[in-house]
Amino acid sequence: MQMADTPYQFPDPSGHFGPYGGVFVAETLMPALTELREAYAACQADAAFVAEFEHELKHYVGRPSPIYHARRWSTLLGGAQIYLKREDLNHTGAHKINNCIGQAMVARRMGKPRVIAETGAGQHGVATATVAARYGMECVVYMGAEDVKRQAANVYRMKLLGATVVPVESGSRTLKDALNEAMRDWVTNVADTFYIIGTVAGPHPYPMMVRDFQTVIGKECLVQMPEMAGRQPDYVLACVGGGSNAMGIFHPYIGMPGVKLVGVEAAGEGLETGRHSASLTAGRAGVLHGNRTYLLQDEDGQIIETHSISAGLDYPGVGPEHAWLKDTALADYVGITDAEALQAFHDLCRLEGIIPALESAHALAYAAKLAPTLPADKILLVNLSGRGDKDMHTVAERSGLQF
Amino acid sequence: MSRIQTVFQHLKADSRKALIPFITAGFPAPEMTLPLMRALVDGGADIIELGVPFSDPMADGPTIQRASETALAQGMSLRKVLDIVRSFRSENTDTPVVLMGYANPIEAMGVDTFAAAAQAAGVDGVLVVDYPPEECVNFARAAKAADLDPIFLLAPTSTEQRFTDVAAVGSGYIYYVSLKGVTGSAKIDIDEVARRIPRIREAVGMPVGVGFGIRDAQSAQRVGAVADAVVIGSRIIEEIELSPRGEEAARVAAFMREIRAALDAIPKTGVNS
Repeated sequence: MQMADTPYQFPDPSGHFGPYGGVFVAETLMPALTELREAYAACQADAAFVAEFEHELKHYVGRPSPIYHARRWSTLLGGAQIYLKREDLNHTGAHKINNCIGQAMVARRMGKPRVIAETGAGQHGVATATVAARYGMECVVYMGAEDVKRQAANVYRMKLLGATVVPVESGSRTLKDALNEAMRDWVTNVADTFYIIGTVAGPHPYPMMVRDFQTVIGKECLVQMPEMAGRQPDYVLACVGGGSNAMGIFHPYIGMPGVKLVGVEAAGEGLETGRHSASLTAGRAGVLHGNRTYLLQDEDGQIIETHSISAGLDYPGVGPEHAWLKDTALADYVGITDAEALQAFHDLCRLEGIIPALESAHALAYAAKLAPTLPADKILLVNLSGRGDKDMHTVAERSGLQF
Repeated sequence: MSRIQTVFQHLKADSRKALIPFITAGFPAPEMTLPLMRALVDGGADIIELGVPFSDPMADGPTIQRASETALAQGMSLRKVLDIVRSFRSENTDTPVVLMGYANPIEAMGVDTFAAAAQAAGVDGVLVVDYPPEECVNFARAAKAADLDPIFLLAPTSTEQRFTDVAAVGSGYIYYVSLKGVTGSAKIDIDEVARRIPRIREAVGMPVGVGFGIRDAQSAQRVGAVADAVVIGSRIIEEIELSPRGEEAARVAAFMREIRAALDAIPKTGVNS
C-alpha cells in the first residue's frame, strides 16, 4: 500500500505500476520500445522540447482550457457545487490533442516521417490526423470496420486532413481489433514509423508518456480551482475507458489530503447483463496489448466483446496505472449505465448550454448522483473531456429520430 | 535431457536439419487436430508447434488469426489443447510438442497450474509470444520446475544484449523471426538470415530455428542451409484452408514431405551446427 508520506512515483524504471504495466510484446517490438524510452527521456530533459510543447498547447490547442461553475445544474441537483474542466473547448474538441502533439513532437525528433494510430469513435484518429497535417507527416489510421460505418463523419474528417483510414475487418471489427492491426503495422514498418497510442495503455513507456502529456489538465486545475472556488475540490471525477483524460486530471491530485479521485466506467446496459465496458469494476487482471491490467475476459482468458453507448469507453482493458490506483485505493472506480449517461447528456444541454461527449457524460452522471448527497459547500470537479457533436447521431437514434 | 534436446542431438549426429511445423489447435475443427499432428509426423516433422488460439493474436498475420477465430468459435481453449496433447502423447512418445500462444490464457489458468498440467499432458516446450525475458521470471521458473523448455524469439532488430537476455532464461531452442512483420508475411531476406544466424547461435548456445516467411521447399532449403531448424506455420494453415474437407491430413503430409526432402537434400559438408 502507498504510504501517505511517500511521494507517488510510478511507474518504476521497468515500467511497472506494482504488478501492472510492463512490456508484454513480441521480441520484434522490444528494440523499438527501448529506442522510444530513450528518445522520450531525452525529450523530457530538454528544456527546448518542453517549451515548444507548451507553446503548441497555448497557441494551437488554445490552452489553458477554462473551468466553469455549472451553477444552474448544481442548484437544481441541490447539493455540492459542480465545476467543469472544459477540455471540450480544445482544438478538435477533446483532450486527445494534448497527447497527439506531444507524441508527434517525439516522432519528429526520432526522425520518423510516418505516424499510425488506432481509433474507436474517431476522436483520437482525428487528433492524430490533425497533428500529422500540422507537422507534415504521413498518417495511417486503423479503425474497426463496424466503427467506420458508425462514424462516417469522423472518417471523412480524417480524410480531409490527409490521413489514410484503414477499415479493420478482423475480430469484433472495433477498437481492440484496430489496436491489434496498428501493432502489426508497427512491427512491420518499425524503422520509419511512430505509433501514436491514444490512451494510457500499451507497453511501457506509453502509459507514462501519454499520462505525462495529459497531466497539463490537472496542473491547470491546481492553479484554476483556488482562483475559481477559493480552494481545491473535494472530488475529482472523470470517465475511464483506456483512462487518459482521467489520468491527466487525477495525476497532480494523487495522494492530496481531502481530495477523492473517482473514475467512472461504462456500465453499459447494466453490469448484471454482461453488456458493459467496466474493466476495473467487473474484470480480472491479465495481459493484453502490451501491458498487465484489469481485463474483461472469459474463464479461458479470451477477451470478450464489450458494450457502451460511447465508443470511446468501449474497450475491454484499461490503463495499468488505473489498475494500481484501484488496488491501492488511491482512486475509486464506479459504473454508470448508458441510460444514466444519456440523462446527464440531456441535462447539461438544457441547463448549461453545453453538449458533452457521451464519454464525458458518464462522469457528469456520477456527479449528478453524488452532488445531492453532499452539502452545498462541497466541490466536485468533473473533467468534461470532449464535446458531443460527434454523438448527435447516436443520441438522435436513441430518441427515435433520423437526420 | 529434454525430448527437445534429444531430437536436436540426434539430428546433429546425422547432420540433418529439424523441420518444425506449426498448426493452430482446433483448426479447422477440434477433432481434426490429432489427425493433423499424425500427418505432420508422417510428413517428417521433428517437433510440432501447436498454436493455442487467442482472441487477440497481435503478432500473427491474417492467416493464423483466421484459424484462431475458427478454432475459438468451436470452443477451443487452453484446457482442450492440453487434452489433445495428452491424446497425442499416448500414441507418440518421441516427437516433442511446443505450445505457442499468448500470455493471457496461461495467466487466466494460473502459471503454476498451467505448468503442471502441461507437464502432465506431455508438453515439452512453451513459447509465449508476449512474454519477453524481462516479463516472465515467474513463468520461466514455473516452466523449468515442470521440465518445460521456455522457448524465446529473437528478431532482426534484436541487439547483442537481447541475445544474452534470452539465453539466460530460454532453453531448448531459439526461434529466430526472419523478418520484421507478422506471421505469414511474404518477404524473407535469406542473405540477412545467413549473416545473423552464426553469431546468434554462438551467443545463445542453443540450436536456432528460423520462421516467419518460409513458404516452399526452395526457401526452406536455403534457410535450412544456415539454420538448425526451419519453422513453417501460415503456409500449412493455408494448405488446410485450401483442402477439400476430409483431405486435410493427406495434403498436409504431402506438403511436409516436399519440405522434408528439400531439407534432407542440403549438402552435409560445411554445416557447422
